[in-house]
Amino acid sequence: MAPPTIRSIAFRRGREKGWKELEQLVTRVEKRGPRALSSRELTRLPLLYRACVSSLSVARTISLDRNLLAYLESLASRAYCCVYGARAGVRGAVRRFLASGFPRAVRGLAPEVLASAGTLALGAAVAFFMVRADPELFYAFVDADLAGGRDPSASTEALREGLYGERGVADGLVVFASYLFTHNARVGMLSFGLGFAAGVPVLGLLFLNGLMLGAFAALYHSRGLAVDLWGWILPHGVPELLAIVLCGAAGLRVGRALLFPGRHSRLENLGRAGRAGARVVAGAVGLLLVAGLIEGFFRQLVTDVAARYAFAITNLAVLTIYLLRCGREDGDERAAG
Amino acid sequence: MSARPARGVVFPEHDQAEAQREIVAPEGVPLRFRVANVGERAGAFLVDLCVLVLLLLAFQLSLLLAGVVLGSQVVFAVMLLVVFLLTNFYFAWFEGRRQGATPGKKLVGLRVIDRRGGPLTAEAVLARNLSRNVELLVPLSAFLAPEALRGDRPGWLTAVLLVWVAVLLLLPAFNRDRLRVGDLIAGTLVVAAPKARLLPDVAARAPARAAESPYVFSPAQLDVYGIYELQVLEQVLRDEGTMQIRKLRVVARKIATKIDWPDDPAKLDVRRFLDAFYRALRAHHEGKVVLGERQEFKRDG
Repeated sequence: MAPPTIRSIAFRRGREKGWKELEQLVTRVEKRGPRALSSRELTRLPLLYRACVSSLSVARTISLDRNLLAYLESLASRAYCCVYGARAGVRGAVRRFLASGFPRAVRGLAPEVLASAGTLALGAAVAFFMVRADPELFYAFVDADLAGGRDPSASTEALREGLYGERGVADGLVVFASYLFTHNARVGMLSFGLGFAAGVPVLGLLFLNGLMLGAFAALYHSRGLAVDLWGWILPHGVPELLAIVLCGAAGLRVGRALLFPGRHSRLENLGRAGRAGARVVAGAVGLLLVAGLIEGFFRQLVTDVAARYAFAITNLAVLTIYLLRCGREDGDERAAG
Repeated sequence: MSARPARGVVFPEHDQAEAQREIVAPEGVPLRFRVANVGERAGAFLVDLCVLVLLLLAFQLSLLLAGVVLGSQVVFAVMLLVVFLLTNFYFAWFEGRRQGATPGKKLVGLRVIDRRGGPLTAEAVLARNLSRNVELLVPLSAFLAPEALRGDRPGWLTAVLLVWVAVLLLLPAFNRDRLRVGDLIAGTLVVAAPKARLLPDVAARAPARAAESPYVFSPAQLDVYGIYELQVLEQVLRDEGTMQIRKLRVVARKIATKIDWPDDPAKLDVRRFLDAFYRALRAHHEGKVVLGERQEFKRDG
């Protein structure tokens, strides 16, 4: 009896050239990134990848050559990482993110944003009324380091000075701005990460921030410096508080996904929440950069109250319109994903 | 041949005990990946940590020199920013730009992929690395400088924090896919970067036509062995160690006895006999597989 021809040998003979070509491209991408390929090779890559994947599924059904199967498995997986692992140009991605991705992601988190803002406001209100009733409570809410002498023992004059005084030489402002930015961004990202503990620490963090804000407000209000205080806070406070609220909202979204998975499996839902949250946090870090610049430069250089308020109100209007209106045209559904 | 692998799954390059994960690529074909183990993950992280520290040191040194020369505050501001960017976005930048591999992962041979099989998106990379701070860097700094984290909190709170840190650190060890919190949040998976070489087909060694081969087997003889034995034979034939001829002789003799080969086993041309047998066996089983009949193992008796 004649040994029958082996179909898997013919199969391999017909396709081996394509596999080798793909392997060579993939190796180069792995070594030096997608830029190592010419534009012609870049268009070849997905074609060869698809051919390889189809070879793999054929080989799985007809071939018993173990080395061949292992090779195709590995080649298909490596090519998969190259085809689906590399992202398009950074500049385009950033532009798309700012134009529609970020506002959409924020709108997708609307309930969490409200909860987060509410917690912050609640903390502020609690501390405000408690400190108004008993100024000594100020020390319970605000760290001595943070207060830096701005406490009930300070004279009204000293407090006013703090709101309008020039902080050191102008040269120090750059350092101050970048310190503020990096510090706030760290705290913001931390509150996103803490969301995994069912969101509880996030609420705590928001509430504590609210307490500090409320305590300061009560102190300045009691000295008749309310207008001056808000003129000092709001120019940078609008983007900064918004960013804190957004980071908190992202953390809460993750916490909610963990507690109430809803329609999808818990794992799947957690992934969706995390990716949506990460988008919001990325935008919030951008807001904090803006806030740091305002706080470091504008607030130190502009001391006119009216100008400060005008700036803050413009800021608020622009941000509101941006977050509520931008990127609406082509459907808002995807923001939820 | 006592330890047989699970039915239908053969992964020669990997230890059978290690976790495999199937990812359905957008083309609809499942791809198999080996989930990276905890040791590899920790190793890659340590390498990255070293690279990061070296980068930070190099950068700060060069800025220090620039600061001495320029004597400007701007230098200090830039330093703050760069330290921030490096510590927070080192991992995300590499994973986003280099097919899901940081330098450490590349060295150890790991990759980040999307768990659902889709493309690895920028926000997934960002999400898994934003939580890295909470998971690893905060506990790490707590370990290096315990006072900073402990502060003047009550004892029970410290205990809660310690448990929390322990849970986060140990999480990957206690789930099948070795997911840390960042992977959970981002929907990602860390796998071993696959490596395999295409070797010449063993079946192509034997002559295709019967007239050229003195070794012809009947279907009954071929039915004795299954797919598992076929693939072990493939491994033996590919193995080119110094002891190969002796091993081949043992195997050939065993097979000849088992299938009742009529000639004297001592007189076999071992290599040609085995090549022919491998080819015939593969043709036999591939023919049966196409008809939907998979015989995984040899027939007992």
